[in-house]
Amino acid sequence: MAMYYNDDQTMLSDTAGTFMSEEGAIAKQLRHWRDRDCPDGFGHALWKQFAEMGFTGMLVSEEDGGLGMGHVEAGIVLEEIGRNLTPSPFLTSSVMAASALGQGSAEMRGRWLPGLISGDSVFAVAVDEGPKHRPQNIACRAEKSGNGFKLSGKKTFVIQGASADMMVVAARTSGADDDNDGLTLFAVPKDASGVDQDPVRLVDSSMASHVTFDGVELDGDAVIGEVDGGRDILNAMLNAGRVGAAAEGVGVARGAMDITVDYLKQRKQFGTIIGEFQALQHRAAHLYSEVEIARAAVLKAQQKLDEGSENIDLFVSVAKAKVAKTASLSVKEGVQMHGGIGMTDEYDIGLFMKRDRALQEFCGDLYYHAGRVAELSGY
Amino acid sequence: MSDLEQFRSELRSWLEANCPEEMRQPARSEDDVFWGGRNPTFQNDAQKAWFEACVEKGYTVPDWPTEYGGAGLNAAELKVFRQEMNRINARPPLSSFGIWMLGPALLHFGTHEQKERFLTEIARGEIRWCQGYSEPGSGSDLVSLQTFGEDKGDHWVVNGQKIWTSYADHADWIFCLVRTDKSDKYRGITFMLYDMESEGVSTKPIKLISGRSPFCETFFDDVKVPKSYGENIPAQVGEVNRGWDVAKYLLGHERAMISGQSGGERTGSLGAALARNDMIENDLMRAEIAMFDIDALAFAAMAEKFADEIKVGKCHPAQPNMMKYAGTELNKAKHELVMTAGGSAALEWESDASKDGKHARDWLRTKANSIEGGTSEVMLNVISKRILELPGG
Repeated sequence: MAMYYNDDQTMLSDTAGTFMSEEGAIAKQLRHWRDRDCPDGFGHALWKQFAEMGFTGMLVSEEDGGLGMGHVEAGIVLEEIGRNLTPSPFLTSSVMAASALGQGSAEMRGRWLPGLISGDSVFAVAVDEGPKHRPQNIACRAEKSGNGFKLSGKKTFVIQGASADMMVVAARTSGADDDNDGLTLFAVPKDASGVDQDPVRLVDSSMASHVTFDGVELDGDAVIGEVDGGRDILNAMLNAGRVGAAAEGVGVARGAMDITVDYLKQRKQFGTIIGEFQALQHRAAHLYSEVEIARAAVLKAQQKLDEGSENIDLFVSVAKAKVAKTASLSVKEGVQMHGGIGMTDEYDIGLFMKRDRALQEFCGDLYYHAGRVAELSGY
Repeated sequence: MSDLEQFRSELRSWLEANCPEEMRQPARSEDDVFWGGRNPTFQNDAQKAWFEACVEKGYTVPDWPTEYGGAGLNAAELKVFRQEMNRINARPPLSSFGIWMLGPALLHFGTHEQKERFLTEIARGEIRWCQGYSEPGSGSDLVSLQTFGEDKGDHWVVNGQKIWTSYADHADWIFCLVRTDKSDKYRGITFMLYDMESEGVSTKPIKLISGRSPFCETFFDDVKVPKSYGENIPAQVGEVNRGWDVAKYLLGHERAMISGQSGGERTGSLGAALARNDMIENDLMRAEIAMFDIDALAFAAMAEKFADEIKVGKCHPAQPNMMKYAGTELNKAKHELVMTAGGSAALEWESDASKDGKHARDWLRTKANSIEGGTSEVMLNVISKRILELPGG
């Protein structure tokens, strides 16, 4: 597969870019909802617009009413989301939950996917159980109970958990906490009794819940895929999330770089435009180079996912890690090169720094993925 | 089977039959590289057989037109060709500045007759070329070059000095930037071709910190260069006094080539290679190597993307500068890690075990990567001006 967008993808990139910079703009969405202390952290009306644009069901198969597109296409939308810091349920609902639900039964897909596609439903994913991403260790348990299960345990960093109509929950149905096997994914509806949401606003103004499951009773038809066979579905969902977060991170890196370079062209000090200073030019040029490389790493991982290659884990971790390095560089350089006004809430550059910090942590940080790169390469 | 798969299948069979076993491993040293020339020296029969088989098929320059000695492969076929060559680790049958530098310039700027003569000679490995660009006083500021060609009607008389002329002491001909108009800095340079056996040409090798000397100083003392080598075969590429256009075009190629050496599909994990030899000392080194591998594997994706984009004209014209900058910096970082991982064994300069200091010499050689062909600082200048459009200078 050639490593550039085909005509359809180029068109999608233009459409998504225009839509996000208009409807998803920082003033219209992120600042708007933040300044109103919105308990969702995003706008439902925008989510409906995502549906009208055909974004919500991009990764859902055509037979389930979606567009049957791939991770390259989802990444195009995510990069624009990143550039505009547009808060939405897209990554967790349309990329991650959709990936898991796609492995579910016809009943499961029929129950949840239409609401996703129409933009009426929001889904969350509940995987992490502590402050760091450790999916190899799942303590949350679902015990067999009659024809169904009783789910108990705690999850954390559940993005938009309190807004979600359904949560995809990774729980242990057999074995020890660190066993590879014995995991099962459940689709837990909002109204299930025994679910306690403790929503918290994060540094980037998004909302994430600490969720406690206290003997939550679930029917057998809440199981996604096979009982005890959840590891592969979880890995696929996390890989989709990692590559998706990487694509959004590239957008954040680009957005921060673009406004910084613009600023360098306007700000005058010592009687000259500061963009004429070579000390700043070289840092901006180095940043450009890193952002280009990060983009390529992400496109490679997206293509590998879409091709269904076998050794995708390495490409996924390289992409997530490279973006972690690059987006962090971009926002830090951005604030520094803005100088004092970069520290003000009025300017957007600080918002990029905050969003990057949250994305770094989502689905594994730089060190998690660097460790995986080493392990997968045999060292 | 698609045409492309048909091509792949035929190429595979041909490689199976024609690429000798000895040629299916990466070059171990400079001695393994075949450069062609008037007095070619083959290291062994396998190298000769492989070279001759490739010349026959046009595979020394697979994407050049068949009428000039190439195989006429299109972009998709070329990608397949490289994949199949890499798959069996086949060595390039012929290395030359004619292929990498002069060829692309002639393909773009040359007359049909120039191409017929010079490209065919290059493709068949008959003439070994060297590049006369830098001068002692003109490094990063190349356009200030002073080597002068005085117009004498049917010929020029060239006087001056070049530096960093790779393998000038082994080269048969030179493509050389010569000032032909002192009144115009940019439009006063001619891209000249002439024989290194001409009277008045002399070379002197430069010993580098790696102890090796691929580079030379090259001196021109009243060298007579005819203006024509036959009908429609002028001695210059492009117009007289417009050699800077050719040079700029070629610098782009050179930057892409240098950056490609450290990227591309062959790039594997450094950590994996070191771990196979039990060379990762502790967790801190492991972490640093992993951080490098992230950059290296990401850059491999970038190199592939760049190669795909450049074929269809989708990349920014200044993008080769970015590739050159990132690729050479990465290669330097890699050799720092290789030296560290190697410990005292990597310090050996003269021993059989170290193949006469291969690690140390390679490490030192990489320090030139970010200097030759435009320094990293010049690359960053170009990126900031031409891509980011920052003001000044």
